[in-house]
Amino acid sequence: MKKIVVSIILLNLLAACASQKPQEPAAPAPVTTAPAPAPAAPPAAAVTAPAPVAQIAVDPLNDPSSILAKRSVYYPFDVAVVQDNDKPIVQAHAKYLSEHANRKVRLEGNCDERGSNEYNLGLGQRRADGVKKMLMLGGVKDGQLDSVSYGEEKPRASGHDEASWSQNRRTDLNYAK
Amino acid sequence: MVLNVLRGLIGLLLLAQASMAGAVLSIEIIGAGEHQIPVAIVPLGGDDKLAQSIHEVVASDLQRTGLFRLVDPAGKLPHELAEVSYPDWQVRGAEALAIGTVAVQANGRIEARFRLLDAVKQTELVGQAVSAGEGQVRAVGHRIADLIYEKLTGNKGVFSTRIVFVNREGKKFRLIVADSDGYNEQTVLAQNEPIMSPAWSPDGSHLAYVSFETGHAAVYVQSLYTNLRLVLANYRGSNSAPAWSPDGRQLAVVLTRDGSSQIYLVRPDGSALRRITFSGAIDTEPNFSPDGQYLLFTSDRGGSAQIYRIPVEGGAAQRMTFGEGSNFSPRHSPDGKSFVCTHLVNGKFHIAVQDFQTGQMAVLTEGGWEKKPSFASNGKIILFASEARGRGILATVSSDGRIKQHMFAQSGDAREPVWGP
Repeated sequence: MKKIVVSIILLNLLAACASQKPQEPAAPAPVTTAPAPAPAAPPAAAVTAPAPVAQIAVDPLNDPSSILAKRSVYYPFDVAVVQDNDKPIVQAHAKYLSEHANRKVRLEGNCDERGSNEYNLGLGQRRADGVKKMLMLGGVKDGQLDSVSYGEEKPRASGHDEASWSQNRRTDLNYAK
Repeated sequence: MVLNVLRGLIGLLLLAQASMAGAVLSIEIIGAGEHQIPVAIVPLGGDDKLAQSIHEVVASDLQRTGLFRLVDPAGKLPHELAEVSYPDWQVRGAEALAIGTVAVQANGRIEARFRLLDAVKQTELVGQAVSAGEGQVRAVGHRIADLIYEKLTGNKGVFSTRIVFVNREGKKFRLIVADSDGYNEQTVLAQNEPIMSPAWSPDGSHLAYVSFETGHAAVYVQSLYTNLRLVLANYRGSNSAPAWSPDGRQLAVVLTRDGSSQIYLVRPDGSALRRITFSGAIDTEPNFSPDGQYLLFTSDRGGSAQIYRIPVEGGAAQRMTFGEGSNFSPRHSPDGKSFVCTHLVNGKFHIAVQDFQTGQMAVLTEGGWEKKPSFASNGKIILFASEARGRGILATVSSDGRIKQHMFAQSGDAREPVWGP
């Protein structure tokens, strides 16, 4: 999804200046091997590019500099409460979703590999449901939200250390296309 | 919502039923019994005419337990009782001697006649005909090994049993059933979404398991004979942790449809769903007692994950584990007198057994990454998931902690093992 957003931006740039090759986004190498997690959008390219096509109503969801570009919240070990520093992310998505009642989000809870698979499935569900509850308190309708858990089954980082574990303890907000 | 459980029978495409020449798991043995029983296994008369040597199967089964020392027959090859000269075996130090013959019948059936002799007392311990269908040479070997093991140790053999595990290779997940020695691999399900928590029906005919193929965790029940399967639970949220009752007439499952992970009972066809726990905590990994009266389960209702017990009909839960650390994945021993679980302390995961009567917990492993234990049906061996050389492997430990095995999958990670009936 995030990748698609990025590629759409790149495609637009290509169309706009066919001869000018857009700068390769200097992807901030994440600590892991997993698919690039952060929206590695190339803001430099986007800013310097000419804007020949009149943009119709810019969706802030597609703005890589918006807080809405952040689609994950992270947790300490065996904790399912959204941490204070991640609360603005959830609140921003709550505002966006309540203003865009047609948009739907799938909340995907994940855990590190410690604990049992089944306990972690329950913990991941609790993480996703916690974000769901916050979004609903922010005015989002139940029908816009779906919460699932992957437990420890879909790790983003595959190492067996805190550097990997800290990336795997998270809830992703995955917008439906 | 009720419609959600309306399960149509789904005929699965026959997934590769690979019958491999080699074992799907290679096995390393660590440690040995305090007293190894010296036993001589004479190759059965006719063994060399079979496609696969029964002798190799029997010898490897017995050796893997760590409880036996195989005495070399050194050229003495008696097949009939009359051909046995006991002094030959006494000088070699053999306490027991296995002899017999095997032949393939016209219809392809394999028939072995087998005797186990006490070389010291010069008596017959057991004499039996063992037969199996065409191509089932290994099954004959396992049956003979079971008989020898039972006569010499007093415990039931488990060489004829099977195990199930999940093999993960990149994004590819396979649910695999194999003989307990890793041969006769059968792929039950293969897909690019996670599979977890396989559970054997008491008669070994069906598996319940969790699959993410629809994008979230749902529970399925599949026949190992026909491959037909049905959706047992597919409610909103997560559906997981299936466990069969000993009579096979109901399963416990964990659902989040009413909030946090809670335990429910359901019939094997998905009907008559009933909620058992009402905690608001994570209640998961239910396991029936052998008498069907109680469920052990994992819960964090006290602040950390611990083992609890509750009557199957519901009611007050009793906390079972109190010491340092937390505990997961409980399973009753076959005699119901103890349970095995994953014990987490100081960041290390170990396999531990706790006695119901004394409440004492004994830690059986020391690697630090041992999870998800299950007993073999004789209660003497525990199978669990571990890690070695950077890969997920299966491992076993004898219930006294002395003898260990590491079982490596041919590739990828082996996880979520359960010893079957």
